[in-house]
Amino acid sequence: MLEYILKRFGQSFLVLFIMSILVFVGVNLVGDPVEMLINPEADQAEVERVIRELGLDKPVSEQYWYFLTNALEGDLGSSFIYNEPALKLILQRMPATLELALFSLFISLIIAIPLGIYAGYKPNSKASKTIMAGSILGFSMPTFWVGIIFIMFFAVYLGWLPSTGRGEIGSFLGIESSLFTLNGLSHVFLPALNLALFKISSVIRLTRAGTREIILQDYITFARAKGLSEKRIVLVHILKNILIPIVTVIGLEFGSLIAFSTVTETVFAWPGMGKLIIDSIYNLDRPVIVAYLMIIVTFFVFLNLAVDILYTFLDPRVRLKGMNQ
Amino acid sequence: MSSRDQNFKNFWRDFSVNKIAVFALFIFLSILFVAIFAPLVSPTDPYDLNSVSIMNSRMPPMSEDFAGNLYVLGTDGAGRDMLSAIFYGLRVSLGVGVLSGVFALIIGSIFGISAAFFRGKYETIIMRIVDIQLSFPSILVALIILAAFGKGVEKTIIALILVQWAYYARTARASALVEINKEYIDSARCLAFSNTRIMFKHILPNCLAPLIVVGTLQTAHAISLEATLSFLGLGLPITEPSLGLLIGNGFEYMYSGDFWISIFPGIALLITVASINLVGDHLRDMFNPRLQ
Repeated sequence: MLEYILKRFGQSFLVLFIMSILVFVGVNLVGDPVEMLINPEADQAEVERVIRELGLDKPVSEQYWYFLTNALEGDLGSSFIYNEPALKLILQRMPATLELALFSLFISLIIAIPLGIYAGYKPNSKASKTIMAGSILGFSMPTFWVGIIFIMFFAVYLGWLPSTGRGEIGSFLGIESSLFTLNGLSHVFLPALNLALFKISSVIRLTRAGTREIILQDYITFARAKGLSEKRIVLVHILKNILIPIVTVIGLEFGSLIAFSTVTETVFAWPGMGKLIIDSIYNLDRPVIVAYLMIIVTFFVFLNLAVDILYTFLDPRVRLKGMNQ
Repeated sequence: MSSRDQNFKNFWRDFSVNKIAVFALFIFLSILFVAIFAPLVSPTDPYDLNSVSIMNSRMPPMSEDFAGNLYVLGTDGAGRDMLSAIFYGLRVSLGVGVLSGVFALIIGSIFGISAAFFRGKYETIIMRIVDIQLSFPSILVALIILAAFGKGVEKTIIALILVQWAYYARTARASALVEINKEYIDSARCLAFSNTRIMFKHILPNCLAPLIVVGTLQTAHAISLEATLSFLGLGLPITEPSLGLLIGNGFEYMYSGDFWISIFPGIALLITVASINLVGDHLRDMFNPRLQ
């Protein structure tokens, strides 16, 4: 068991190490950031001074070594554009992204779970078929395009909701978030709904598949034989059993919401990490690109590690397989 | 009647049960036709600088210019006919999506089938890489590649191949593992056929059904992902205007109410992706032994 966990830890660090080389070398081969940073009328001496200052005169391998040793001490370099530590910039924008992702997770669950249970409970009804067709449509709709339509319809045409920015930020129990003010909520609603759309489709399908399986189980037949009302069977027996697989999957899906928020944040000018990375790619702000990619890769690697280890505790079959390897 | 005709007949009989899927297939084939023959079916050549006039920019749908040309879907900011731009855009989007899908299918099948065939350390390493890659969302994988290596046609295609190959590898390995235990593989081994021949002439054809299902759904996904990346400005360059770039162009005019510039290319993208998904979804049900 311990051997398996240690092995997985080792693998995770190997992945991170390989990714860091790939990302660092790749980013440092693209474009010429000096050209974008410097005044076009600057003379040769000035250009050379900037190159030296940024450490770009050294070979990539040396730059990488410098980056790696600093990164292990928590310094991921400083932004070329903002002149601030890249890590600080990203951490500043992280709460905005997290609040967007959390709110959209919330929206997708309250919409998708009831629809999914209904579609699984009465698979042949007209309404269920409509729900399933709708979920394919939801799968097929490009998130960024739906975001544009939302802005056009709700913000420009109807003028109900704001289309850009994060709004007022309130504070509750020491946590600062725009979810705590009315103005903030009005700002977060459209982007969160946009981000939720894709998730709604997948959670509907997951819930429906689960419901269809559970409904065939003996304990549901038994519950019916006992004469329990259908309402109680759905709300207690089906819902409870379905939540276990859904919660596990959602843990992982939360990560993908954060990754997909780059798109939504760009459309709605939401000041989160996703918009920061896209802006940094445009500006060739190498340290921020590398720092963001490394942070998000680390996040994913450890999220997966945590889920895998959790599984070994929950499911003995996984544990045995891991030992045999 | 040859057995191939018979096979096709059986396939079509099963496929045509679902009317929605038949309709989706018809729509997809029409889109494919338009994409392939874009220069012939488009009213104008949107990238011919001589025929495009800035005087005609941002005209609403169904308007005419002074020369009496009708713009059914309006014009964009540079005065290009939207309908023609969408036809040309479909060509780029479908081309990139299908090309990357085919390459990913080939690469994924080679790794998946050989992993199932040779087993041992080789299989462990390949499948470990597949697992690790699949634990990242596709957009993140594409973002890493394009952020690290820059944008461009080839780089976008490479990114899409790298995003997809793992799905094919996993599917190919799973079905190859089932096939390898069957008797015809034993007899092929007794005949001392080469490993390559057994893998690609005997195992591969029998793994094609699940690979085609994954292929349709992945291609839809690739088209949509390419549009997203191009919209973000990380995918294709402006010289290859895919649907995603067209939508991105319209984004600028969103606040002035010129809805048609980004809505119509989006609808074209949606119909394309949805029709492929509907066909793929039905194929999956057809090939799923549990539902038969």
